[in-house]
Amino acid sequence: MSSLKQLKLLTGNEAVAFAVKQSDVDFISAYPITPQTIIVERLSEYVESGELDAAFVPVESEHSALSACIGASLSGARVFTSTSSQGLALMHEVLYIASGLRCPIVMSVVNRAVSAPLNIHGDHSDMMGSRDCGWVQLFCENPQEAYHYTIQAFRLAENPSVLLPVAVNLDGFTVSHSSEPVEVLPDGLVRDYLPRTDRLKLDYDHPMTFGAFALPTHYYEFKVEQVTALEEAGRVIGEVGRSYPDPSGSVRKMTVDGETDGLVLVGMGGTMGTVRHVIHSLKMRDTGLVSLRLFNPFPGAELIELLSNADMVVVMDRALSPGMPSPPLASNIKSILYDEGVRVPVVSVVYGLGGREPTVGLIRQLLGKAYGELEGGHVRTRRLYLGHGGGA
Amino acid sequence: MTMQISRLDELYGREGISPGHTACQGCGALIAVRQILMAADPPYIVVSPTGCLQVTTSQYPLTAWRVPWVHVAFENAAAVASGIEAALRVLERKGRGRRHKVIVIAGDGGTFDIGLQALSGAFERGHSLLYVCYDNEAYMNTGIQRSAATPVGAKTTTTPLGKHERKKDIVSIMASHGSPYCATASPHLWKDLTNKVRKALEYQGPTFLHVIAPCPRGWYYDPKLTVKLAKLAVETRVFPIYELENGRYRINYFISRPRPVEEYIATQARLSYLLRPENQHLLEEFKRSVDENWTRLLELARAFPAP
Repeated sequence: MSSLKQLKLLTGNEAVAFAVKQSDVDFISAYPITPQTIIVERLSEYVESGELDAAFVPVESEHSALSACIGASLSGARVFTSTSSQGLALMHEVLYIASGLRCPIVMSVVNRAVSAPLNIHGDHSDMMGSRDCGWVQLFCENPQEAYHYTIQAFRLAENPSVLLPVAVNLDGFTVSHSSEPVEVLPDGLVRDYLPRTDRLKLDYDHPMTFGAFALPTHYYEFKVEQVTALEEAGRVIGEVGRSYPDPSGSVRKMTVDGETDGLVLVGMGGTMGTVRHVIHSLKMRDTGLVSLRLFNPFPGAELIELLSNADMVVVMDRALSPGMPSPPLASNIKSILYDEGVRVPVVSVVYGLGGREPTVGLIRQLLGKAYGELEGGHVRTRRLYLGHGGGA
Repeated sequence: MTMQISRLDELYGREGISPGHTACQGCGALIAVRQILMAADPPYIVVSPTGCLQVTTSQYPLTAWRVPWVHVAFENAAAVASGIEAALRVLERKGRGRRHKVIVIAGDGGTFDIGLQALSGAFERGHSLLYVCYDNEAYMNTGIQRSAATPVGAKTTTTPLGKHERKKDIVSIMASHGSPYCATASPHLWKDLTNKVRKALEYQGPTFLHVIAPCPRGWYYDPKLTVKLAKLAVETRVFPIYELENGRYRINYFISRPRPVEEYIATQARLSYLLRPENQHLLEEFKRSVDENWTRLLELARAFPAP
């Protein structure tokens, strides 16, 4: 296996585009937005050069991009799109329709802050703003994962008991524009991993009505069925990862480093690589790090198992929920702990908004503060804006 | 070359939409849709945005559609159609699908207003699709609010004293995208309408058909008068019947002696208030808009005549 792998120097965006090409998609529609642009530029090159036999439809807005993707998906095509920030926000309405019509579309979301003020740099506000749109939401730490997860996203989306769109998130710039050696699989292995499956589609010989409207007598049932399908994605993802031809790249719900019976940090995205580095470099082996890859459906059962014996949980959100008790990830963690009756102090840390760099120094500061309170026997801090006020 | 339709029985047995839909009695849109689908040669797929046609034909678990049909949202029918058209082209090439004709059937709100961006994009990109706008001249589904297609003077629930602005010239807008075929049609001229559908579907590229669709609820008239009102709209020059092939005009029904606009106005309460003496100036503005549109059409047809 390993001898078949090839090493390429790719940015996160290039890794995504390469994965999409190998996944033999039939249809791509997208609208340019920083920092996603490189993905669609590469894909348009693959299509124009004939390396990828697909339609590339350069639409006039993100709203139309996802709308065209739905039309293509309902025609039976394997479909990809990509966006960021304002683009995802403009798609918002259509996101719910893509999942409601059970279209197995794969979209890379190159995470970027949401205006105003206008800002092109990374944070997770875009995806978190559409958290409840019924899509599977994966987060990558680096270009290598962006490559592997994009391929596996098609298998997950197209599973007959799932049939839902999948968003593969990668941090704007820090992952999307960082180059690293990426191990890529041979085309044939990817093709074999992604067999074509039949599903209901628009076809004159078998006419069907898609996008009917449902009154209060039926709407509720459709929506709960969607929740069931989304939860099913949480089970199917195990098979999706196990059958992937490169076990080192298998999609996982999360990775766990260190011990989880003391201080445990929970977060997702590229910054978790920095956190891991700091913990290793300080040789803090008893510090746990849970880096989530699957955010939606939320892997609550697994997390409870990990966090039940912790002394303190620090949850790192790269997004805000203004006016709410906690930002999205912290809110979810507190919710599952409450359900299990686990009373562990949870500190909600917001970091990296609008590309404010979560440096090694800041992570060290965070760990120092956490251990200070933990060893002092009294966790006073409930919320922390890490790096706030230290930008200029 | 597709067969020209010359007799009614040639359309027999080609129904794409079933009886039992929930459209109002006398709905002009459903009459037009029936004719459109009878004319279209299979295989085809129909796309509709949110609107009267969508809600009256697709209430789960029932459907009035005998043909493949999809609704996604209000402003994106042309984008959805683009996706279908482009995807099926590739799938056919890859041996996993078959090309279908793609027909969008949208109301005036979904065309003139909220859907115009997606429509413009689809036409600029040159997808092969037929976009039909059934024009009932307001947002009827939400309760008769004004749209860019509402004629000047018409009362709607958001223009309680009558609309101040003129109707948008949608055919010129679509033609100026370089569309090979744009036309207007009326359900009372079934032969013209059905043949225009056939003609439009023969072209490669995006084609546009603008169909007048009187609405008893929104125009406030007796439902039995729908077809008569469509006829009056044409014969008073309110709604001229013409086509543009590759930018060249042909007026299909040249109205040399128009019937008085008052005949059209008098039968519908949204406009009949214009006939009251105190509203003389508003009536004049309505008539002026009809005259100017007709004159402009003649000038264009003279300047760019069909060969």
